[in-house]
Amino acid sequence: MSFQLDDRIEEAFARLPDYLGGHILVSMTALALGLLISVPLALLAMRRPALRQVLLGLASVVQTIPGLALLALFYPLLLAISALTEQVFGFAFSALGFLPSVLALALYSMLPVLRNTITGLSGIDPAITEAASGVGMTRRQSLVEVELPLALPVIMAGIRTSAVWVIGTATLSTPIGQTSLGNYIFAGLQTQNWVFVLFGCVAAAVLALTVDQLLSQMEIGVSTRRRSRIVLGAAGLVLIGAGALVPALQARAATYTVGAKTFSEQYILAALLQQRLDANGLRADRRDGLGSSVIFNALAANEIDAYVDYSGTIWANQMNRTDVKSPAEVLREVTKWLREQHGVTVLGGLGFENAYALAMPRERAQALGIRTIADLARHAGTMSIAGDYEFFSRPEWKALQAAYRLDFSNERQMQAEFMYPAAAAGDVDVIAAFTSDGRLAQYDMVTLEDPEQALPPYDAIVLVAPQQANNKALLDALRPLIGAINVQLMRDANRRTIGGGEDASPESVARWLWKEIVRRKRAGS
Amino acid sequence: MAGDRSCDQTPAIIALESVAKTYDDGQCTVLENVTLSVPARQFLAIVGPSGSGKTTLLRLINRLTEPSSGTVRVDGKDVRDVDPIALRRQIGYVFQGVGLFPHMTVAENIAITPRLLGYDRQRLAARVDELIELVRLDRASYRDRFPHQLSGGERQRIGVARAIAANPHIVLMDEPFGALDPLTREGLSDDYRRLHDTLGLTTVMITHDMVEAVLLADRIAVLRDGRLVAQGTPPSLLAEENDPFVKTLMQTPQRYAERLSALMAGR
Repeated sequence: MSFQLDDRIEEAFARLPDYLGGHILVSMTALALGLLISVPLALLAMRRPALRQVLLGLASVVQTIPGLALLALFYPLLLAISALTEQVFGFAFSALGFLPSVLALALYSMLPVLRNTITGLSGIDPAITEAASGVGMTRRQSLVEVELPLALPVIMAGIRTSAVWVIGTATLSTPIGQTSLGNYIFAGLQTQNWVFVLFGCVAAAVLALTVDQLLSQMEIGVSTRRRSRIVLGAAGLVLIGAGALVPALQARAATYTVGAKTFSEQYILAALLQQRLDANGLRADRRDGLGSSVIFNALAANEIDAYVDYSGTIWANQMNRTDVKSPAEVLREVTKWLREQHGVTVLGGLGFENAYALAMPRERAQALGIRTIADLARHAGTMSIAGDYEFFSRPEWKALQAAYRLDFSNERQMQAEFMYPAAAAGDVDVIAAFTSDGRLAQYDMVTLEDPEQALPPYDAIVLVAPQQANNKALLDALRPLIGAINVQLMRDANRRTIGGGEDASPESVARWLWKEIVRRKRAGS
Repeated sequence: MAGDRSCDQTPAIIALESVAKTYDDGQCTVLENVTLSVPARQFLAIVGPSGSGKTTLLRLINRLTEPSSGTVRVDGKDVRDVDPIALRRQIGYVFQGVGLFPHMTVAENIAITPRLLGYDRQRLAARVDELIELVRLDRASYRDRFPHQLSGGERQRIGVARAIAANPHIVLMDEPFGALDPLTREGLSDDYRRLHDTLGLTTVMITHDMVEAVLLADRIAVLRDGRLVAQGTPPSLLAEENDPFVKTLMQTPQRYAERLSALMAGR
């Protein structure tokens, strides 16, 4: 190309076929399924007012559930059903990604279609339906030949609304493992790559508007009987659908899948794991941006093959432990529990800890004479604290509050990336930071000591799925990473992703990280 | 015994026998003990004030409504024993207002009942052309128009064409010419009367216009508050009826005519 694109835009375009393909596939399928269910339901409800009330009520309730929550709810539900079918019928299905996304989005698409179909049909002049009976039409002929064509504009308006909703909401299917345009948004948000965030939003909007326009062409074609318009609209939709299948067809058949949670360190480490597998001839894929408990269940169910978790997370969230032991003890018990309860292998620790720690700007801490969380507790009543989305509902937070009698005047949840600048600017006083985060140094913040040891250790550990427990090639490919990354190295790596820009993608940071690992090993040996 | 009905000159095509129609478990009576028969080829006008049950009576004949008691016979058969869909396809119906389907062209509207009866494409097209000419419109320029592109009179001509498309021998008309301007109305009603005669139809028409009833119909039935208060040819009703309501009603055309000629003469 003769003109220079920003690196990030170029990279965004490189991922477009994959992300857009996934997005189209999931939203179109969901929309088709939604239509297939809601149109007949609306017809059924036409002559049953009670059913109509119930249906519209239910659909409205579904609409009030935030899209992200609805999508997230379908994952455990399907996981349970899958476990049941495995027990009863001897087969299981993938509860990750496509299926839960399609079901949740289909449910989400129903309200506008239901409502508009019912409104459209009941808005028809009774004289017209009377005439249909009078000329000798059966109930069905009247519906198909008279009522539906007359209600079509209203029904189509509903379909178009729901198409736009579904395409927009499908960006939220990323955290449950479905590749979509949301991958840009989630990854961009984590790595502060605003080009990615914007690119994802624009791409989703363009897709939504295009589909809306094609549907509108079909509607105009039908009502004005211009076959060219119908063909144009239908051909456009078919083309989009077919386009979505291209990346799926030419996708290399990856044998392994590496998972990543929703923050930049995870993206780097997943890329690192993937690169190590690829380098050893094991073709690997990545599922980025999975929710914290989604990713663990996915591994236990063999949906993904490996990912990096933290010992304290398993300890608190999976084992529901509230006591705190030494890092070595925690790791030992976690390893034992994972093997016995889930058949999950702990390959080992990467060599650093990414623990929660309370942090505040150095200057402020010194001015107030705060060194430990116990010191902080005296000032907490007039202070506010920020944490990521899960921190305040985690057992460690309860333990911390109990141990130090912490009572802040205000608790705020925010995207982890925004906590540091918020604390630096004085919008919040204290944050629940991550010890391996490069931004602690960037914003000159101190982590407060935890003399009561209320926070458990968070050693980064490589987890391997049950079905790969004896896969020597896979284990050997990942083993060189064990104990190879100290906290300083991980902080440096994390810092490199900040702000996007050249070499800030998780892949290039992972490559840099591997070079460092090799260099240090050589220097050490 | 067959001889019981020998007093009838022609057998009744439509017969209502002590028919009543009530709603809300008998709370609301629309028709009360109506007995009425229409012999073949007769043109019957049903007149009466609004709410007297005229439309309900018409709807009973093609089973758009079921009677609460009594029997409705068409061609001698109790309509309850006939499939309502088949019955309606044999009976033409011209609706109040217009009742054309707005999303269908003139040709498609006319072709509905024959198509439902399974005419093939060629026969349908020929029949549509024939009918457009029969109602005195130009087939080439009307076939593919939509109802909203027609005038009120043209629409009602198409309504008539649609009603007789499948060669019914009975046509029911619910105030077919009510919403038209006087000139259009006169032309159209005369045209229809001609069709009635040439096609050998039996027609039941609702109207609240006494002039129209007297001019078009062979016989008039007067409904009031759900009861059939009188029936007969216009002259016999005028001459023999003693009921003051019927008398006033029947005298309306004449009264108008007298007032008009007086006015004209005064000029």
